[in-house]
Amino acid sequence: MAEKFLMPKLSPTMEEGQISRWVKNEGDAFEANETLAEVDTDKATMEMTALSGGTLLKILKGAGDTAALGEAIAIIGQKGEDISALLAEASPAAPAAKKAEEAPAPKAAVQAPVAAVAPTAPPAVSAPTNGRLLVSPIAARMAAENGLDLKSVAGSGPNGRIIKRDIETALAGASPSARTATPAFTPSTVVGASAYREEPTSQMRRVIASRLAESIGPVPTFYLTREVEMDNVLSLRKAINASQPESEKVSVNDIIVKAVAMALRKHPFVNASYQDRTIRFYEQADIGVAVAIDEGLITPVVRGADLKGFVEIGAEIRSLAARARDKKLQPEEYTGATFSISNLGMFGIKEFTAIINPPEAGIIAVGAATPTPVVRDGQIVIRSIMNITMSCDHRVIDGATGAKFLDTLARMLEQPALMFA
Amino acid sequence: MATLTIRDALNQALREELIRDENVFIMGEEVAEYDGAYKVTRGLWKEFGDKRVVDAPITELGFAGLGVGAAMAGLRPVIEFMTWNFSILAADQIINHAAKMLYMSGGEFNIPIVFRGPNGSAFQVSSQHSQALEALYANFPGLKVVMPSNAADAKGLLKSAIRDDNPVIFMEQERMYGMKGEVPEDDDFTIPLGVADVKREGTDCTIVARSMTVPMALDAAEKIREQFDVSVEVVDPRTIKPLDIDTIANSVRKTNRLVIVEESHAFASVGAEISHQIMETAFDHLDAPVKRISTAETPMPYAKNLEAAALPSVDKIIAAVKEVCYL
Repeated sequence: MAEKFLMPKLSPTMEEGQISRWVKNEGDAFEANETLAEVDTDKATMEMTALSGGTLLKILKGAGDTAALGEAIAIIGQKGEDISALLAEASPAAPAAKKAEEAPAPKAAVQAPVAAVAPTAPPAVSAPTNGRLLVSPIAARMAAENGLDLKSVAGSGPNGRIIKRDIETALAGASPSARTATPAFTPSTVVGASAYREEPTSQMRRVIASRLAESIGPVPTFYLTREVEMDNVLSLRKAINASQPESEKVSVNDIIVKAVAMALRKHPFVNASYQDRTIRFYEQADIGVAVAIDEGLITPVVRGADLKGFVEIGAEIRSLAARARDKKLQPEEYTGATFSISNLGMFGIKEFTAIINPPEAGIIAVGAATPTPVVRDGQIVIRSIMNITMSCDHRVIDGATGAKFLDTLARMLEQPALMFA
Repeated sequence: MATLTIRDALNQALREELIRDENVFIMGEEVAEYDGAYKVTRGLWKEFGDKRVVDAPITELGFAGLGVGAAMAGLRPVIEFMTWNFSILAADQIINHAAKMLYMSGGEFNIPIVFRGPNGSAFQVSSQHSQALEALYANFPGLKVVMPSNAADAKGLLKSAIRDDNPVIFMEQERMYGMKGEVPEDDDFTIPLGVADVKREGTDCTIVARSMTVPMALDAAEKIREQFDVSVEVVDPRTIKPLDIDTIANSVRKTNRLVIVEESHAFASVGAEISHQIMETAFDHLDAPVKRISTAETPMPYAKNLEAAALPSVDKIIAAVKEVCYL
C-alpha cells in the first residue's frame, strides 16, 4: 500500500532537514537500505535510506526544500498505485507531521530510531511505536505486582521494549540497600556509547528539580571554581612527550580529559543524567570535548576516556577535531557524551563558565595555566595555576557532590599518580 | 537397564506385544522375510510366522484398509509404512476410516490400530521422501500422534500405542534408528501417551523439541550454557496429540521464553499450535515473542549442503535462544 515517507530524525538534535538532493527519481524502485536522498541536518549531510523496498511514487519536497521532522517528503509504495488520496492529504499544512511531533516520545524509546527511516548503516529495523510503551507481558505483570510505573523504566529490548531484566534492574535499583551497594561502576571495554543503569528519581530529587527549574530555567545550574596547581601535569606531559614523535604529542588538555574521566569513576552522581522519572548512571566516562569550528561549536566525544591512555586520547581528539572542522563527523561521534570539557586556556582566558549540554549533568570550563606567585610552606614560590569551573545540573548534583568531585579532579591533576590509584 | 538402539528398542516392543497379545499382528512392505526396510521387524517373521508378520504388496491404500478392517474385526494391527511419505497414498483409510469409525459407527467399532514408520528427512532422499507429516495427521480428530526421541521412549510409547484402543500415528526418524540409549528391561515397561518429558532442566529459556530435534536441542542447550551461561530447559512432548500443554506451559512460566524446534515446515505446524496454546495459557509469563525453527519453505533439496541449510540445526537453535533471551 502506498504511504507517506516522513522526514526522519537523522541526528539526535535535528528538528528539520533540508533535502540536499534526491538520489532516486520519481518512478525509481529501491531496495531496503538503499539511499533515497541526501539530507542536510543541523550537523551534517546525512544519507536517508529506505527501511524496506518499494517505488518512489511522488516527491513532495524537492532539492532545497526544508521539511520538519515527521513531515511528508515523498510518497512510496508499489508501481501504479493510486496515490490521489495521499496527495490530497499531504498538500495542506501536513497535519500528520504535526501529530508526529506532538506525540510525546516515550522514555523507553530513547535509544530507538524515531522514524521509519534510518541513517546510513542503520541498527536493527525499527517498527514505529506510535508513542506506545512496548512491554513484554511478564514485564508488565511484574511492574503491576510491584507498583512500578513503567514510564520510569528504560527498555533494553528491541524498539525499546521493556523486558523482564529491565524490571528486575528497576526493582533492584529501587531498594535502598541495592542503591548504596553500587556507588561506583565497573570499567568495561569501550565499544560505542556508554551503557547505563537507571534508578527511579526519589521524591526529594524531584522536588529539588522542579523548584530549581522554576527558579532558574530548565537546567538549574550552579558553578564551582577551584584553583589547581598544574606543575606536575606539565612535567608529566614533558616526560611523556620526550619519547613521542612530533605528530603524536600529548597536550595538557588530553591529560585533563583523562583526569576528568578518572574522577567521574569515583563520583557516579556526576557521571549521570537527570531523566525526569529516573536518574541515569553511566557506566563509562564518555567525554565531550568542545571544538571551535567556523560555523560555531561541536563537541566530539571520546568514548570510555577512563579506559584509555593519554596518547590514545590525544590521537582520538586530534582525529575528531580534524573531522569536525571538515564537517565529516557522524552523529554518534558528537552526541551522547556523559560529561563535557570546554578549554579556552589557549586563548588566554583565565576563568569562565561553560553551559551544560543537556542531558549531561555537568561541564568543566578550563582556563589558562599561568605562572603565579603562591605561598607554600611559608615561602613565596612560583607555580602554574589553572582555574577550573564546573557547571553543575542541580537536579542531579548538589553543591557538596560537585565540590567533592572537583576536589578529586584537582588532586588528580596535582598528583597525576592518583588517577591510577 | 540395557543399552539399545532405537531400532532394537522398537523391535523389542513389537516382539513383547506380539507375545503378550495374540491379536497383535504386523503388516507392511518387506516387514517379514526381509526383516523390514530399516530392520525394525528383524527376526519377528522367523519367530512368529506368516500369520503374525505379513508382507504386503506395494499397495499402501490396500493394506492400510485391510488393517482398518482387521481392527474392526477385533485384531490389533501394526501397519508399517516404509516411510510416512508413502502414507499419503493411504491417507483416505487413515483419515476417513480409521480416525472416524468409532464416531460414525455410533461407538460400535473402535479401531485399535498403529500406523508406524520413519517420518521426516533422512540422508539426501530429496523432496518426496523427506517430509515431516505430523501436523497433517494431528489436525484430524480421532488420531493420536506419537513421536519418540530416544530408545526408552520409543519402546515405552510403542507398547502403549499398540495397547491403545484407538488409531495411533507412530512416527519414527530414519536418522535416529541407530541412536543408543538406556532402556528398562521390564517386559511391561510402558510410557503413557499424552505425557511430555523434561529432557533437561533449566531456568532461562524453554526449548520444545520433538523427534530428531530433541538431541539437537540438548546439544544446543549445553553449548549455550558454556558460551553464555544461560540455562535452557528442553521439553519433549513425546505425544503430539493429545498434547501435554501443561508441562510446556509450566516450563514457560518458569523461564518466560520459548523456542520451538521442529522438522516440519512452519505454516500451520505443530509448533504454530504450541505457540498459540502458550499464548492462551501463559501469555502473562512471556518475556519475548515465541520463536520457531522449522524446515525452510521449500521442497527438500537433494544437495547435501542445501538439505542441511533447510533443516533445523544446533546453530539455528542457539541463535533463536539468544534472540528470545535478548543476548
